Amino acid sequence: MSILARIKSFLGMEAKPDKEASQEEVEKVAEEKAKPRIGYIHLSGCTGDGMSLTENYDILAPLLTDMVDIVYGQTLVDLWEMPEMDIALVEGSCCLQDEHSLHELKEVREKAGLVVAFGSCAATGCFTRYSRGGQQAQPSHESFVPIADLVKVDLAIPGCPPSPEIIAKTVVAAINGDMDYLQPMMDLAGYTEACGCDLQTKVVNQALCIGCGTCAMACQTRALSMTNGRPELNSDRCIKCGVCYVQCPRSWWPAERINQDLGL
Amino acid sequence: MVLGTYKEVVAARSTDKQIQKIAQDGGIVSGLFCYALDEGLIDGAVVAGPSDVMWKPEPMVAMTSDEILAAAGTKYTFSPNVWMLKKAVRQYGLEKVGTVAIPCQSMGIRKMQSYPFGVRFVADKIALMLGIFCMENFPYESLRTFISEKAGVDFDLVEKLDIGKGKFWIKTADQMLTIPLKETHGYEQNGCKVCLDYVCELADVSTGSVGTPDGWSTVFVRTDAGETVFKQAVEAGVIETKSMDDVKPGLGLLEKLATDKKTKAMKVIDERKAMGLPVPFKGSGEKEDPLANV
Ligand SMILES: Cc1cc2nc3c(=O)[nH]c(=O)nc-3n(C[C@H](O)[C@H](O)[C@H](O)COP(=O)(O)OP(=O)(O)OC[C@H]3O[C@@H](n4cnc5c(N)ncnc54)[C@H](O)[C@@H]3O)c2cc1C
Ligand code: SF4
Ligand code: SF4
Ligand code: SF4
Repeated sequence: MSILARIKSFLGMEAKPDKEASQEEVEKVAEEKAKPRIGYIHLSGCTGDGMSLTENYDILAPLLTDMVDIVYGQTLVDLWEMPEMDIALVEGSCCLQDEHSLHELKEVREKAGLVVAFGSCAATGCFTRYSRGGQQAQPSHESFVPIADLVKVDLAIPGCPPSPEIIAKTVVAAINGDMDYLQPMMDLAGYTEACGCDLQTKVVNQALCIGCGTCAMACQTRALSMTNGRPELNSDRCIKCGVCYVQCPRSWWPAERINQDLGL
Repeated sequence: MVLGTYKEVVAARSTDKQIQKIAQDGGIVSGLFCYALDEGLIDGAVVAGPSDVMWKPEPMVAMTSDEILAAAGTKYTFSPNVWMLKKAVRQYGLEKVGTVAIPCQSMGIRKMQSYPFGVRFVADKIALMLGIFCMENFPYESLRTFISEKAGVDFDLVEKLDIGKGKFWIKTADQMLTIPLKETHGYEQNGCKVCLDYVCELADVSTGSVGTPDGWSTVFVRTDAGETVFKQAVEAGVIETKSMDDVKPGLGLLEKLATDKKTKAMKVIDERKAMGLPVPFKGSGEKEDPLANV
């Protein structure tokens, strides 16, 4: 099976066989398109996002060896100088007291074509929003912000961590230049003040909620339950990852993509 | 296409006498789930199960035909079925999940499948989504209010609720009461007012009562997955079908109601946009087909 076909079947996208590229087409694309050069920058995050990436067992080897060139990343590439990159995945928020992080982030912006806030810490600040300093090993490190507070971000992929599937889908879309698929992630680049209470202020208060329960299903920390058909937030559990609002069918609605995926 | 994209539409009902007795309409949802369970096409299904409170459903994972049947019949208030999907996969360990969804729930599920941001390995486990038509849904207290206040019936005595022929029907052991739908409008939840989907256009198979005689259902077969299950069930004799052309009132009424719903919702969407309020759908002037679900 061709790599693209394998990825598609892994993602359950084989429902539209007429769109399946032939072996020759895939090879042609592989020949013509230079492999995107990807870098991985690790700021203040727990490595969960990177681990989620590696959970794409079925497609990881061809993905990393045949489809992209990993050109930069701690533990991945033995390189001190940051090279030019097409895509930089940034994991983690940026600590304002950490000069090294600030510098690295500025440098990424200069060296990368697309800067991707990868995972909720980078995209929304996530649980690092609760940092107040006073902890070992760096008691003075107290303020952690989503990277879009400091540099222009092109794409945000929230999730704590983002699912393996969305990572694979995003990489494939980036390789294919499928900007329609990436559009919502470009729109999300501005969504940095995420919180479970967005459901109340941006959906329920706006007379849009229909009690479907998608938000509570999507919440990765079980901060949400459904009471009388509306989401109820336990703010003690909310890590401000933003996933509930992002998955809600009443926040944004990708109709064309869904019809395409279903073959409708 | 006001009824969405579909491969086939038929009038149908379950051939099982017990299902016919307890189901809302033709027993398509219960019949298909029981069949899919028996055949191993699904390992379980998320349905709107009973709770301690009469007519207040709780989503549940049904693993046997008996549990499917215990959840049969329409409850006209929220059952956040999508919430239970993750549990079905994680806690019940299901690999092939069936689920019943009203149109807005199908939207939550399909969006999660196309964009599974934080939802890890659930999207690929939805094996069968049966959609049910929906004009509106009511908060539980709304239902209580018009059943106990307007119709004057004790909730605990109600045996079946139904909407049809312009009326809300309330059946008890010894009487049948109705409230004109004109009087229940205004009790529905607000989010329904911008809903453009009547016939669950994103389901694998969608079904409802409108279009076919009592005891039968209208069934749209929409996706490949839906076609496989439905065809097999018909071949196995679990479901019987008739041509839509041979039944009354037929597709015309469905087209009319779906168009009315979309036209009304489009007006509300345009009004909301003019006020600067958010809506996830485009205004009528921003799209080619003003009645499309975008
Ligand atoms: C709020 C609402 C409004 C509806 N409006 C219309 C309408 O305008 N026109 C029309 O033709 N049909 C409408 N229906 C669908 C119709 O009432 C039947 O559900 C449908 O015809 C299926 O009948 P059946 O005999 O095949 O299903 P059954 O075999 O009786 O099974 C029904 C299934 O629906 C599930 N269910 C029940 N209540 C809910 C709920 N609140 N949310 C999610 N799942 C639920 C049950 O768990 C069960 O699995 C509506 C349904 C709902 C829930
Ligand atoms: S996901 Fe569904 S239940 Fe949650 S806020 Fe959005 S519309 Fe309401
Ligand atoms: S409620 Fe849950 S999903 Fe929403 S922001 Fe908080 S932790 Fe994230
Ligand atoms: S009318 Fe639409 S939004 Fe309201 S309950 Fe039905 S499907 Fe959901």
